Amino acid sequence: VCIRRVRSCSSILSVKSKYVFDKPALKFSPQQRLLRTSAVSCGQVVQFKLSDIGEGITEVTVKEWYIKEGDSVSQFDSICEVQSDKASVTITSRYDGVIRKLHYSIDDIAFVGKPLVDIEIDTSKGLASEEDVVETPPMSHEEHTHQEIKGHKTLATPAVRRLAMENNIKLSEVVGTGKDNRILKEDILNYLAKQTGAILPPSPKAEMIPPLPKSETVPGAPKDKARKIPVPVSRPIVFSGKDRTEPVTGFQKAMVKTMSVALKIPHFGYCDEIDLTHLVQLREDLKPLAEIRGVKLSFMPFFMKAASLGLLQYPILNASLDENCQNVTYKASHNIGVAMDTGQGLIVPNVKNVQVCSSLGSAGQLGTSDLTGGTFTLSNVGTIGGTYTKPVILPPEVAIGALGKIQVLPRFNGKGEVFKAQIMNVSWSADHRIIDGATMARFSNLWKSYLENPASMLLDLK
Amino acid sequence: MVLQPSLKNCLWLPCILRTPKAGFRSTASGGLIIQSVSNDIYRNLAVEDWIHDHMDLENRQVLFLWRNSPAVVIGRHQNPWQECNLRLLRQKNIKLARRRSGGGTVYHDLGNINLTFFTNRKKYERMENLKLVVKALKALRPQLDVHVTDRYDILLDGHYKISGTAAKLGRTSAYHHCTLLCNTDKFVLSSVLKSPYTVLKSNATPSVPASVKNLFEEDHSLTSEMLLDAIAKEYAMQHQIDHHITLINPADETLLPGINNKTKELQTWEWVYGKTPKFSVSTCLNMAYKGSVIEVKVNMDVKHGRIEVCNIDLPEQWLPPALYNKLVRSLTGSKFCPNETTTLVTTLLRVCPQDDELHSRWNLLCENMIMLM
Repeated sequence: VCIRRVRSCSSILSVKSKYVFDKPALKFSPQQRLLRTSAVSCGQVVQFKLSDIGEGITEVTVKEWYIKEGDSVSQFDSICEVQSDKASVTITSRYDGVIRKLHYSIDDIAFVGKPLVDIEIDTSKGLASEEDVVETPPMSHEEHTHQEIKGHKTLATPAVRRLAMENNIKLSEVVGTGKDNRILKEDILNYLAKQTGAILPPSPKAEMIPPLPKSETVPGAPKDKARKIPVPVSRPIVFSGKDRTEPVTGFQKAMVKTMSVALKIPHFGYCDEIDLTHLVQLREDLKPLAEIRGVKLSFMPFFMKAASLGLLQYPILNASLDENCQNVTYKASHNIGVAMDTGQGLIVPNVKNVQVCSSLGSAGQLGTSDLTGGTFTLSNVGTIGGTYTKPVILPPEVAIGALGKIQVLPRFNGKGEVFKAQIMNVSWSADHRIIDGATMARFSNLWKSYLENPASMLLDLK
Repeated sequence: MVLQPSLKNCLWLPCILRTPKAGFRSTASGGLIIQSVSNDIYRNLAVEDWIHDHMDLENRQVLFLWRNSPAVVIGRHQNPWQECNLRLLRQKNIKLARRRSGGGTVYHDLGNINLTFFTNRKKYERMENLKLVVKALKALRPQLDVHVTDRYDILLDGHYKISGTAAKLGRTSAYHHCTLLCNTDKFVLSSVLKSPYTVLKSNATPSVPASVKNLFEEDHSLTSEMLLDAIAKEYAMQHQIDHHITLINPADETLLPGINNKTKELQTWEWVYGKTPKFSVSTCLNMAYKGSVIEVKVNMDVKHGRIEVCNIDLPEQWLPPALYNKLVRSLTGSKFCPNETTTLVTTLLRVCPQDDELHSRWNLLCENMIMLM
């Protein structure tokens, strides 16, 4: 450090830094050069042989490598998985060091007693003092290199020392149970356990939420809005401290494309609250009947039917605008989709021709044709939570409705009395290029009136 | 006799399970028999992992007894597409699990019992364990014609397989587990373990199919409970310990710290499907379209359960090139999974030209592709 600074002062100020450092580079002290090269390769390469598997086995098949050439390993780290006659064996490293060569590829036969990998052993353990010159890091190696307890040096591998250091443990306080009183990883863990009173901190009890309806289920059937109590999922907080980059693949890639197109649509939103008190009652009344038929009755069929009736009056909401915004296609079929979140991503199974459907119970596996061709979508985000939202229109459609959760709230009736109402919020988004606010509002009011007075749906049913 | 865990057992078991390796100088005898109260395959496999990773087996051995509700269990290095009928599994809601030990694929239901023998590395001895099982069966029903083969199977009447074996060896400990068919649904067993695939090329460990028979068929008075008890009795005798079985709950995080994480890991897609050794699918789809049959050659390389290379040989212009390229590019890197592919292809269609003819062709091709997964 000192050398470089002296040099820069003596040179002309306008000269670029590159030139300043050229000369000092040639004058690096021999000690410093030693330090640099020693960090690159200082070890002895050892051939780690495949040890005896037992039962007289002489050869195994290599099935998976856990490391690759150039990786650092610690003692007891897993190196590879081999298989022999129905037994899967995990081979662990005997040394700390760097993997220099893998002697086999996947599916090769490996022989007991023959070299499996070459490991360059880290010889700096316990002998670092000679190389600590000039640019040493602030922490002294020597503290952890040799420690005297009762007149003996403590033996421990660098991996074990690292573990001790990370946990602020003095090696002198740990009882070593390895050969020559060597301190092993287990000894550190035991020491820690005695301090904290437990071997391992128990992980928080994570409630496993069953995966949301898969493709096989009826659209909307399992969603029981009124009764669901959200179970908080406590995920163990893992602090890894490192950023992680992953490529965008599969479904995510497709969503990127869809959302890019969707956001080119000028959205406008319209929200309202619906009093579902009567509908809740109706559903309660119909439940036993549905059970006899083996159908789980949810609110979704009502929402979908009401939407279809509304679309008959306002067909522009069931339309599609072409790419150049030249033509609007009014779709004859009301293929109403219900947006669902699965483990793999968003799917929108749709029921075709809801306008002629008198019953909305269907079963069986969903094929691609059930998941495409939708003309209008309802999103059931309310089962997770939330009241109002701003849903994104799914192209090539022009409108979408997101349903919030049903809440029991106090409301005033016609006589000015307070009663218990089942209130659900709805948030609509529509394509403002072809749909105006008034149309959306009128549609919403009509839909709302059907749901607040379910009997009126019967009048308008074809 | 299976006992409810007494207070004494409850206090004793955590001590055994949690005592650190280094400080353990037990005077307790060399054996422990435990039985799972759960029928969940993942939870039970997690118990095996836990004992293997955390329990000190230097001076003690453990026998673990467990049964599962319907599940197909593949070996560590196997290919689920090659080993079983995945579509049938999904239809019947049968779980699929990959265990950590080697060996072949098995079907579990409550009519099958599983036995895991835990020892330290040095005392790993499969033949001894299986001989113990045979001895127990013969003690229960002397007329049973059962014997152990050199492939570590147990055969009934000379040629029906009633037990298969697998093992896992770690640095210091090892386990050997095996099945035992008491009263399993053989019809389901044979239909789920038959793969519809003939077009897979892979180096995954293949299973060796065998004719099976239930012990119940040989002797209608036998039940799973009786067999479990007989084996526990024999184990207790050979290890000179009390013949009692301690029940454990695989969901108990206090007893088995970290068990829920192990259970979760066994259920991840990355473990069950992603650990499949590299394989390739090469087939010809014959799609019926508007009165004619379109032949489509498909070649896919699947690595870590994801499509690494995807080649679809379509008749020229059957799909517009831009759309075709979009499909191939999206499938590449995507999971070889019907649900993922379905969501992917149906989402892609949203941003394509809205043409009914085009949509029906797309759907037809995609449905056929998805059938392969």
